[in-house]
Amino acid sequence: MRLDAEGRRGLTLISPTLIYALVMLAAPLAMVVTFSFWTQNYLDIDTTFTLDNYHEAWTQPIYQTLMARSLIISVVVTVVTVLLAFPVAYYISFRVTRRKTLWLFLVTIPFWTSYLLRVFLWKVILGYNGVLNSALMGMGFIDEPLTFLLYNANAVVLTLAHAWAPFAILPIFVALEKIDRSLLEAAEDLGDGPWRRFRRVTLPLAMPGVIAATLIVLIPTVGDFITPRLVGGTDGLMIANMIQIQVGRANNAPLGAALAISSMVVVGTLSVLIFLVGRRFGGRTR
Amino acid sequence: MTMDTTTTPRSIIELKDVRKSYGKVTALHGIDATIREGEFFSLLGPSGCGKTTLLRLIAGFDEPTSGSIEIDGKPMAGISANRRPTNMVFQSYAIFPHLSVAENVGYGLVPKRMPKAEIAAEVDKALRMVDLSGYGDRGAHELSGGQRQRVALARALVMRPKVVLLDEPLSALDKKLREQMQVELRALQQSIGITFILVTHDQEEAMIMSDRIAVMFDGHIAQLDSPQALYRHPVSERVASFIGVMNFLPATAKAAGEGELALDIAALGAVTLPVAAVPEGISPAKVTKIGVRPEMLTVLFDDSDHAERVTEGVVVSTSYYGDMTYYSIVLDGAEKPVTISMRNTAGRAVAPVGARLRIGWGAESIVLFS
Repeated sequence: MRLDAEGRRGLTLISPTLIYALVMLAAPLAMVVTFSFWTQNYLDIDTTFTLDNYHEAWTQPIYQTLMARSLIISVVVTVVTVLLAFPVAYYISFRVTRRKTLWLFLVTIPFWTSYLLRVFLWKVILGYNGVLNSALMGMGFIDEPLTFLLYNANAVVLTLAHAWAPFAILPIFVALEKIDRSLLEAAEDLGDGPWRRFRRVTLPLAMPGVIAATLIVLIPTVGDFITPRLVGGTDGLMIANMIQIQVGRANNAPLGAALAISSMVVVGTLSVLIFLVGRRFGGRTR
Repeated sequence: MTMDTTTTPRSIIELKDVRKSYGKVTALHGIDATIREGEFFSLLGPSGCGKTTLLRLIAGFDEPTSGSIEIDGKPMAGISANRRPTNMVFQSYAIFPHLSVAENVGYGLVPKRMPKAEIAAEVDKALRMVDLSGYGDRGAHELSGGQRQRVALARALVMRPKVVLLDEPLSALDKKLREQMQVELRALQQSIGITFILVTHDQEEAMIMSDRIAVMFDGHIAQLDSPQALYRHPVSERVASFIGVMNFLPATAKAAGEGELALDIAALGAVTLPVAAVPEGISPAKVTKIGVRPEMLTVLFDDSDHAERVTEGVVVSTSYYGDMTYYSIVLDGAEKPVTISMRNTAGRAVAPVGARLRIGWGAESIVLFS
């Protein structure tokens, strides 16, 4: 293939990113896909093509349970996060008139500490002798510490929803900022009260931001393994923890790879569905 | 209401001492005006004069700091925009981008619990009214500027408002289309008989379209009159120079007989006028300046032309407009040139720069200022 000067310049410009993406993303992904069709023997790997790993991943009850739980947890996290993020984004976009940048800056404050530290902080808050239990006992509301706070799926939802909030707030904020304010006045002028106007104009026009926020939160949380590991207990384990176990302790990388690819397909399908449904709800794209 | 409806149309909007301030900035200083039912009323003024503020107060997007606004006899204080019998055509048109043309036009009808077929019929009627039949299924992005403007108008008209508010609706259109829309809008308003209030900074647009115009400067109404009266009898220099072109010449008032005013006008000479020609609010002795419109001065090209009074001047520049030629002429005894417009007729050449011309004028055509 011959390239003209412009084509060469374009390729040069994108090549650092391209090489990075190929080496760090495409190559590992290709490796994982390849691995998923192999078989682990005790010390070596049988490289004959097989679908056994996928068969196991899709039929064994434990994997089904973990996959379902991961999906449920991340869907709940996503719903909670987006529902809580929307009012914040709305407030900053519509009510804050001065120093919007400062408000956005404040939203990012949780990111100033590491993700791991934040998860540990939730342990401190929710634990048996944690802040919440001590406070409630100190005030006399309860006689002994509550145990349903930590080491279960609720704790995972809470921790993840907190951690991902800014990622949901920002795209919704951007979508709300882009709404021409005269459209809102037009809706009011044509007889809409605040709520009806929100339903008929603001929400449909903010839909691209809501879809973006949903996908940004949903996709990574399905695969999260630190949070379930630290605050999830046994009830809160997710598919990523199982993948980690298979690749690590269980010494069955091919099965781990098959689980990873399977969850990728599931999340991918779900994302496409959400995208299509969201677009429909947001009205015809015009 | 005890108003005599046979001579004066009923009033639809009453503005009484309407004031609006934003913090320390006062946008409107006490606006009093009556807008009549069925008239095309314009708020005309330079940017920042408060005309848009006033329109938004009428629409209900803002509340006046003090004063009252009555629409159709009802005080509007505390009534939000969605409950007022007014509908607005926004400067940006504010067409909902996620809805089709028909959905845009029917937007305000949907919550009224009208049957779908009835809504569709109303929308069709409104679209026909603005010449957009068959465009119902199009999306907002498929429309040209002029079409968007029509959709915005149809969306307002379909609500059958008592008053349609137009916020510089034509300013985004190119000149040809704007002129066409001015004529169409005016014709439409006259055929449906709804009161239109237009905000504009374009004096020509206001003149062409309006029954009455309120000229606004710095949060005040400087003059509220018909286009003819504004043009012929501006009450101040500022109004006179905002509406059309006006030549100003210094003048000195002199004592004269009973009921008369003698003026010595620079470059034009002495003239005696009846005191009745002095506008209200100016005492005859304080007249220091006169104004005369470019078309009220005539270049006398040959001896057969005749005029009440004649003076002379030298051409300093000319602008040829096709149908008209605008001459800049320094009259004898004047420092600054005056502008004179002459219709171009067959066989008449444009007088060259430096030519000495005879200029005719009449005492009736001059406007007095203090």
